[in-house]
Amino acid sequence: MSTVESHASHEHHFAHHFKSADHEFLTSKQGIWLFMVTEILMFGGLFVAYFIFHHIYPGMFAEGAKSLDWRMGFGNTLVLIFSSFTMALGIHQIQKGHNKKAVLSLALTILCGAIFMVVKYFEYTHKFHLGLYPGKYLDVAKVGAEHANLGMYFGFYYLMSGMHGLHVLIGMALIAWVLFRTMRGDFHSHYYTPVEGVGIFWHIIDLIWIFLFPLLYLVG
Amino acid sequence: MAATTHHHNPDVNYINEFKGIGSWLTSLDHKRIGLMYMISVLTFFLFGGIAALGIRLELFSPGQTVMTADQYNQFMTYHGAIMVFMVIVPGIPAILGNFFLPIHVGAKDVAFPRLNLLSWYVFMVGALMGIATLFMHKVDTGWTFYTPYSIKTSGAATMMVVAAFIMGMSSILTGLNFIATVHKLRCPGMTMYRMPLFVWAIYSTAILQLLATPVLGITLLLLAAERILGVGIFDPALGGDPVLFQHFFWFYSHPAVYIMILPAMGVVSELIAAFSRKTIFGYTAIAYSSLGIAAVSFFVWGHHMYVSGQSETAGIVFSFLTMLVGVPTAIKMFNWLATLYRGSISFQSPMLFALGFLFLFMIGGVTGIMLATLAVDVHFHDTYFVVAHFHYVMVGGTLMALMGGFYYWFPKMFGKMYNEGLARVTFVFIFIGFNVTFFPQFILGAMGMPRRYFDYIPAYESLNKISTVGSWLIGIGFLISLYVIIDGLLRGKKAPANPWGAKTLEWQVPSPPPHTNFHHDPVVTAGPYEYR
Amino acid sequence: MNEPKDVHHIVDYKILLKSGAALFALTFLTMIAFWNHHHLGAFAAPIAFLIAGVKAAIVMMFFMGLKYDSTMNRIIFGLGFFFLAVLMAFSALDIWTRVPVLGTI
Repeated sequence: MSTVESHASHEHHFAHHFKSADHEFLTSKQGIWLFMVTEILMFGGLFVAYFIFHHIYPGMFAEGAKSLDWRMGFGNTLVLIFSSFTMALGIHQIQKGHNKKAVLSLALTILCGAIFMVVKYFEYTHKFHLGLYPGKYLDVAKVGAEHANLGMYFGFYYLMSGMHGLHVLIGMALIAWVLFRTMRGDFHSHYYTPVEGVGIFWHIIDLIWIFLFPLLYLVG
Repeated sequence: MAATTHHHNPDVNYINEFKGIGSWLTSLDHKRIGLMYMISVLTFFLFGGIAALGIRLELFSPGQTVMTADQYNQFMTYHGAIMVFMVIVPGIPAILGNFFLPIHVGAKDVAFPRLNLLSWYVFMVGALMGIATLFMHKVDTGWTFYTPYSIKTSGAATMMVVAAFIMGMSSILTGLNFIATVHKLRCPGMTMYRMPLFVWAIYSTAILQLLATPVLGITLLLLAAERILGVGIFDPALGGDPVLFQHFFWFYSHPAVYIMILPAMGVVSELIAAFSRKTIFGYTAIAYSSLGIAAVSFFVWGHHMYVSGQSETAGIVFSFLTMLVGVPTAIKMFNWLATLYRGSISFQSPMLFALGFLFLFMIGGVTGIMLATLAVDVHFHDTYFVVAHFHYVMVGGTLMALMGGFYYWFPKMFGKMYNEGLARVTFVFIFIGFNVTFFPQFILGAMGMPRRYFDYIPAYESLNKISTVGSWLIGIGFLISLYVIIDGLLRGKKAPANPWGAKTLEWQVPSPPPHTNFHHDPVVTAGPYEYR
Repeated sequence: MNEPKDVHHIVDYKILLKSGAALFALTFLTMIAFWNHHHLGAFAAPIAFLIAGVKAAIVMMFFMGLKYDSTMNRIIFGLGFFFLAVLMAFSALDIWTRVPVLGTI
């Protein structure tokens, strides 16, 4: 059955149903883009709901946004943008065959993700400390909220930033995996498909945060 | 891999090349994964079918007969949820699509075989979670999970919702795989316009699966969050908007209706061309109408919500847009009829189901246009008219095509022929039983009988009795087809490579196909339906 | 389908650096707009999202490499945003044209 294996001896050994390594690469990349569309639409649903309720209850959303610390969001935005840069740099370096440098870039990316999550942890614990829980767990009288349904804002806040945070954690794990494989020497200038895919996933996380930051912290 | 296959041993195929249950559960072969889907979906179909028979049995007479009102609600919910999420949505794409789409485009496998296997496991996890709620606090929300009731009900709705979310992920992975396969893995000479129309239909379906399902995912997560945290987005008591839930839900679930029917249309295109022995009429029109239906489906979801409290303006806009669905659908219908015209039609069992499809789907489609009309729908909404309409589409359309497709491709999938005479008998039972069951429901709906109730006034009794008797006929029909399948597998005589004399690629390879589909890399020089 | 000529396009190091710098600068611009949002009034939110849109475009074009990718991949990714807009538009159409009785709070 192995009709194509004859010219697969050099470089990357591609799967039997592809014509060439490049064919496999381009197909995988399209698969990654197709998956990214689902990420956009899934997060997008949350954004649509947010916009609609923000329009219905502008005062309540302003009250919620005020209790967020913009400095935390601002710092995290810079951290995440920097991590996107190091991720792109990592791919650039693998493409050029500088695998040692790429390991450093990828490690930096994971570090940025970790910093982001630590900041998130402090934000969350601070909110919990103040009693700013999502939905029905927010005690309006205890918090002294002006709007009776402030729990909805924090519902949005925890759902959106929580989903995003979950993606950061998954992204970190995936980067750790490609980092390990880079160190093992799996990748070279013509085979780096997993790094490229994980990279695109990581940039999506950055992309979503770029909108989450003004949405949650600034537009009140 | 076994070295013997290099000599193209004709007795070695995808079924017997590797042995043992482990070789199936870890198989990356799209054909084996298709069969694994088939076994799971047929099992769930049995569950959903039993629930349907239970519903009809309760409705045989007014008043409480075989179950309580609460149990009726549960039967109705499980019938809907199982049939939608576990049978019809995965049905044709994951079984027949998995098996035949790669062969149809001349590929050795789908683009991402591991993802394909993963999608089956994800599907099974979701499906078993859904089934597991049967042994917990049963769900009684209906398959639509409408808020605010779904927020308040004490049933295991959270688990069911998470199960549907997981099955949605599986559906996304299947769609993603098929799109990449169609884009990237067509063999030399296989242009987009030489692909069988089945592939065009599955391709359009895959686009819907990819673009619509994520929104269902987030909707179901929001509903779960609503139940656990009380966020208030969909809960009017907390300042939320239950109608927004319906918007989000139908943004997926209306395209999902086309996820269910488009593959059936693809199967019917194959059957009609093959059994009319004629080049299909209007190939490009049928191909593009599949994409057209897929595109329009995203703009019409509000017709499920005319009486939900949605604004009149939105209702009018949606009513107008919904009419547009009729255009690409009618294009298909006319082209199929034109293909039949002066064809050398042979009435073998697959063709019987295809003709049954044309007949029933026409009724389903035209009543759909009636329901799309805003003013008419206000009367018909939530009556048995709607139930009859969508069963004419989902069962009369999709299930008829699925049965026709099963019989058509059975020789290819298993290398055995089935008992043709008995197969025709199944058609007679299913076709007549179906009409006896659901045609009276149009009349009941027009008389005003509301859907989803376990009781009714005596005026509706005689038609309900007829409907229930019809459900038994359908049941008998499916039992016979189960026998036909088992009998064919055990005692069927060996199938030739091309029992129907069809022209698409799968009939040019042995029955059953070898592990890599083709012994020699195919090169295509002609279209899929060049009969005469 | 219209595949790029250089399959393994390497995005120039300088372009990555410039993109990163631009993203940093735009983040600061966002904050400047935020501190002056009393002057901007009703424009504060659109400006914030306009800047976010530009940032997103930079990430997509250079970091994710869509600028150098195949047309098909660009269409695929674009479809996500298009259908999101459809969801937004029709949900909003309903809610904005409704008789305004919404909840009790």
